[in-house]
Formats: sequence, structure tokens, C-alpha cells
Amino acid sequence: MKIETWLRNNTFKHGSFWDIQSLVREKEKKGLKISLCIPTLNEEKTIGKEVLVFRSELMERYSLIDELAVIDSGSTDKTLSVASTYGADTYLAENIIPEVGNHPGKGENLWKAIYQLQGDIICYVDADIKNIHPRFVYGLVAPLIYKDELQYVKAFYDRPLSLSKGVRSPGGGRVTEILIRPLFSLFFPELSAIIQPLSGEYAVRRTVLDKIPFPIGYGVETAHILDVYQKWGLEAFAQTDLEQRIHRNQATNDLGKMSFGILQTFLKRLGDYGMIKNQSEFYKIYRQFQVVDSDYQQITKEIVEFERPPMIEIPAYRKKFDL
Amino acid sequence: MSNIFSIDNHELHRYISDLKKIREIVLTNAVMVGEIPAPTFGEKDRIRFLQDRFIEDSLESITIDEQGNGAAIIPGITGEKNILLMAHADSVFDNKIDHAIAVDQRSLVGPGIADNSLGLAVIASAPIILRSLNIKLDANLILLGASGGLGRGNLKGVRFFLENTNTPIDAGVCVAGTELGRLSFNSVALLRGEIKVSLPKGYDWARFGTIGAIAHLNKVIQKMQNIRIPKDPQTSIILGAIRGGNAFNTVAIKANLQFEVRSEESKIVEEIHTEIDEIIDEISALTETDITLDVIGSRQGGGLSYRHWMVKSVRKILEKLSITPQIFPTVGSLGAFIDQGIPGVTIGITKGNSIHEEEESIEIEPIYSGLAQLVGTLKCIDEGLKNED
Repeated sequence: MKIETWLRNNTFKHGSFWDIQSLVREKEKKGLKISLCIPTLNEEKTIGKEVLVFRSELMERYSLIDELAVIDSGSTDKTLSVASTYGADTYLAENIIPEVGNHPGKGENLWKAIYQLQGDIICYVDADIKNIHPRFVYGLVAPLIYKDELQYVKAFYDRPLSLSKGVRSPGGGRVTEILIRPLFSLFFPELSAIIQPLSGEYAVRRTVLDKIPFPIGYGVETAHILDVYQKWGLEAFAQTDLEQRIHRNQATNDLGKMSFGILQTFLKRLGDYGMIKNQSEFYKIYRQFQVVDSDYQQITKEIVEFERPPMIEIPAYRKKFDL
Repeated sequence: MSNIFSIDNHELHRYISDLKKIREIVLTNAVMVGEIPAPTFGEKDRIRFLQDRFIEDSLESITIDEQGNGAAIIPGITGEKNILLMAHADSVFDNKIDHAIAVDQRSLVGPGIADNSLGLAVIASAPIILRSLNIKLDANLILLGASGGLGRGNLKGVRFFLENTNTPIDAGVCVAGTELGRLSFNSVALLRGEIKVSLPKGYDWARFGTIGAIAHLNKVIQKMQNIRIPKDPQTSIILGAIRGGNAFNTVAIKANLQFEVRSEESKIVEEIHTEIDEIIDEISALTETDITLDVIGSRQGGGLSYRHWMVKSVRKILEKLSITPQIFPTVGSLGAFIDQGIPGVTIGITKGNSIHEEEESIEIEPIYSGLAQLVGTLKCIDEGLKNED
């Protein structure tokens, strides 16, 4: 599929799906169930509003989502009690299929959601969005409801960075522009049409989610894009413009760690696809430097992108969903 | 008529427990309204949101008028009378401020959440509130989100609506986000003005030196402070905002002062207005400076008496809800009703803090009592209007 054709046919604006009532009718006609999963770790400042708005607008006013769950990595703040106050089902990731153990990380929560939640479509939304709005969900699930051929719908935004006063733009998406887009352009040019491949908001059919592996750390979104592309092609993807997303800005040092994790995921896949060799020689220590007085100090952090297998390979999952 | 129309305790407390079931609807409306910037004369997007809510709730006669007010009707059983339930849609914050509202377990925090995002959210939620309590009024309930309410708006929206509606309004209720227990049923007389000082082109620098517009405005202010203010009727002059000049080392060419005169008697406001005009004439002549007074807004005093059946009914409801009434005259939207001779009250919905600051907040728990009070008030007014015939 040519990039231009895909961009024309598979890129949507959330405003096209404003008629939520029609969306709910179509969903019911097709007998679909939709679950919303918010992965969290210490998000007490924003989780209350997210749960409140989604529950009120998309469960009570319109029955678009059937289940709203917060899956937590072990917050030490009030994330879970605030989420519960506003009506979310709350889970600790470590308590979901405990026999497979626990590897703290956002990807772990997303992976375990496939077991815990019931939906035919699972919509993931990050918990750190300040300007939350129902469009963050209906804009993503709508293409899957209306178009049976689509499997994976990704969000993209104009991403201003949140400041103490006011909002400025443009900005954000630095890892995408400096790392991901160059890599995609080199190895998988078609995927460069996905405007924000790292966005934490996407909706996916269960039949796809349970067949792909999940890195538990920084590489989960990148792995999804590559694996879905390999198995189902570019035509399985769509993307929706959700306008603005106001969120916390990450320090450049943190973006370095993120990029290191993503590179591991990316290079592993290049190896799996036979596009490069000797990937076992890559180091897992990420090195940064700081200056203390006149001394240069090395800061090292081991970053290993552990991966969960496709959920369909887990016996408990096969049993629960009668597969 | 001196009857009290009231709701029994059991009924009011049923409202509170039933309203808790629709908590998310009201709070979400408050968040979504609050996150749409709406400076005075810039309320368009907020009114559009209100209109969408009216459409979703299948209300009748949904309109946005020439002044940018959003209105709709919940038809009554007989529809012989009409009650207007309104809130001003604008806020004191300009659209450059980050309007994100934070939600925790006990409160909502963000610019304008109390004044008046919650008030407008109540208007947006009114159809669901009444439906959830299984209440149908005899009168038509007209819902209005009014534009241009604050400051220079001078109640432009609600005035326009009342002057131009073809539906006779029999009573009005203005909803303010805060403060729970607030009960306003009369309006103070008010003059809201801006004094502008500017040095004319032919200004005599040799004679007056380099003191400039700020110093001349200061003379006006000093004279205004010498105006005799009676204690009874209660009267005040509020010096609200002052601006002038551009830099440390440049003589100010322009300066202005925004002020309000408030009094329980219209006559006193008129007298003070005359005195300010005279001060301006005097300083202008002495300093050969252009000094003008722009009247931004004015209200006539008046309204209902403490013993009016509507006021007594609301007081009784507050008493049954164990809420201490805070009775004070308003300079807000109720003034437009009073000017039209329409009986009305202003009530508050919850407790709030840091009003008109970016960290403005409202408490969640008292909202249910505030809404029960509102529903009780509407029911009493509905009953009272039937008995007026």
C-alpha cells in the first residue's frame, strides 16, 4: 500500500466521530465489547479526572465502553483509591495471573490487561493527560467499530508541553523525530506514515493483541508497530488526530534511557526478521555523564527490554477465553 | 401572598441520596465547561458545549441568540408559567491561562471552577438532575447560559434575553458555583466606571513639568477618597484596578482607573456619580488634561423583600438542609431580573476557595446539598406561581 493512499484512507480526525450515539448503535449491532485500560504508576494528580470523564461520558451518558480498568504497577501514592472513588475497576498487575510472575513496567500492565479485561477491543490511554476528553477514546475505537478490516488505531496530536503557566507549541515527540522516524525511514519506510508511533493511546482488537509479544519497558509501542506490520501489513493500521495532548514533559536524560530501550527492541526485531546479525553482542548498560565540581562522573543504568510472549501462549488465558 | 412553599425533610434528603448517583455527570460537566476558556465576550465555545448538551438531552427550542446566549426549554406539564434558570457563562480568566481542572477525591481545582463553571455545569446537567429525581415541573423551565455577564459585559447577555424573549418570564433563579447558603434576592445600586486620563497634544510641559498622567489620576483618586460615604444606607467606593505608563523613565501619557460605586439606594449612587463628574471637571481644568469617565455598567437597586414568599421558601429549604443562609445583595445577574420587575433569587451550590485565582477550588461533597436546595427552590417557585393566580 502506498503511503499517500494509506494516509488518505486511514487517517481520521476525531471530529468525524462526534455522533457517539450512532457509534454505540453500530457497536451493539456488531456485538462488540470495548474495554478501556489505563496503566498507572503514581498518577494521583491526573487519574481522577480521566476516570471521571470517561466513566461519565462513555459509560453513563453513552454505553460506548463496557469496562474501565486501571492496572497499576504498585503506586505509592493515592492513584488506586482516587481511581476507585470515581468508579474504575482497579487492579495491581502483580495480582493478575500470578503464576507467570511480575516484571514491573508499563508493558506488563498492558499485557496483563489482555487477560484481565473482557473486551473484543481494548483501548489503552496513558494516565498523565491533563486535558482529558472523551475523544481520546471514541476517536480511537470508532475506526475499529466502523471498519472491520482495521486492527490497530493509533493516536496522534499536536503535542504542546505543559508549563506552569500557559501552553506552548510545538514540541514533544522528540524521540519519534530523532530516533523512530529515521529508523523507520531506513528499514520500514511505509511505517514512517504513522505520525506518532510512540503515543500511549491506541485501540486494538483482542485477536491481534493476544498474538503479539509485549516488551515490558520502553519498547512496547515500537514492538507493536513492527509486529503488527509484519503480520498484518500497513493496511491493518489507522491513526486518528486527537488535536492537543497536554502532558508532563520528560527530561532529556530520561529520553536517552527511553531511546536505549526502544533501540534494543528495534534491533531485536531486525535480528528476528533476518535484517541484521550478531545482536547478542550489543551491550545492555546505558551510560550518561555528569559534571560534579570539575570531575566528570559516569552514571550507568542497566536497561534490559524483557519481553512477554504472546498472551495466547499462556495456558491460563487459553482456559479463561476457552481457546 | 405570604405563604411558604416548602418541601418536606424526607423529600429533600431523598434528593441528596439520588443526586449522588449522578455525581459523575455534574462533575464532568464542571470539568468540561471549566476547561473551555471563556473570557467575557469570548464565551462562544462554552455556549456551544452547552448547546450540545441540550441537543443530547432532546430539549426544545434550543437557540443561540445574537448576543451569544445559549437557551433551551424543558417543557412543563401545563407550561402556563415560565421559570428561567440561568448562569453566566463567562469567567474572569483570559484564554492564555492553562484551564486544566484537577480532580481529587474531595475537590475540583482550576481557574473559574467556582465562578462560574460549576454554575453553568448545573444548567447543562439540569435535564438529567430533574429526570433522575423524577421531577416534572408545571411551569416550563427555560435554561440559559448567559454571555457577557462580568465586568465590561455588564449583564449584556441576560439583559438582551429578557428584553427580547417572546416568552414571559414569571420567575428567575441564578446559579452561582459558590457559596453554598448564599441567598441574594435584591440588588444594590451600582455604577461601574473607568476614569481615563490622557495628556493632550498641546500639553503645557513647561507649566506642569514632567509629572504626567499618573500624578493627575492620583489627584482624582485623592478627591474621590474625600467623598462622604454614608453608613446607612450602606455604600462603598471600590477602587478596583489602575493602569498607566510604560517604563521607568518615560512620563506617563495615559493612566486609567476602574472603580465601582455600590449602595443600597440608587439615589446615593447618582449623587456620588455627580460628585465624581465634578472632580473630573475640576482636575481636568486645573491640569489642562483630558479626563473622561466611561460608565461601563450601572444597576438600579431593588428586588424582593425578606418576607417575599420566594425568599421565605428558600430560607426554609436552607434551614431543613442545616445550611446557614448568607444573605447579601448582589451586583450580578439578578440585577437584570430586578430591572425587568421579575422576581428572582441567586443561590450558590457548594463551598469554594481562592475565588478568581488560578487555584480556585470547589468542594465536591456539599454539591449534593446545593443541588437539593436548587431543586427544592424550583419546586417551591413552581408551586408558588400556581398559587399566584
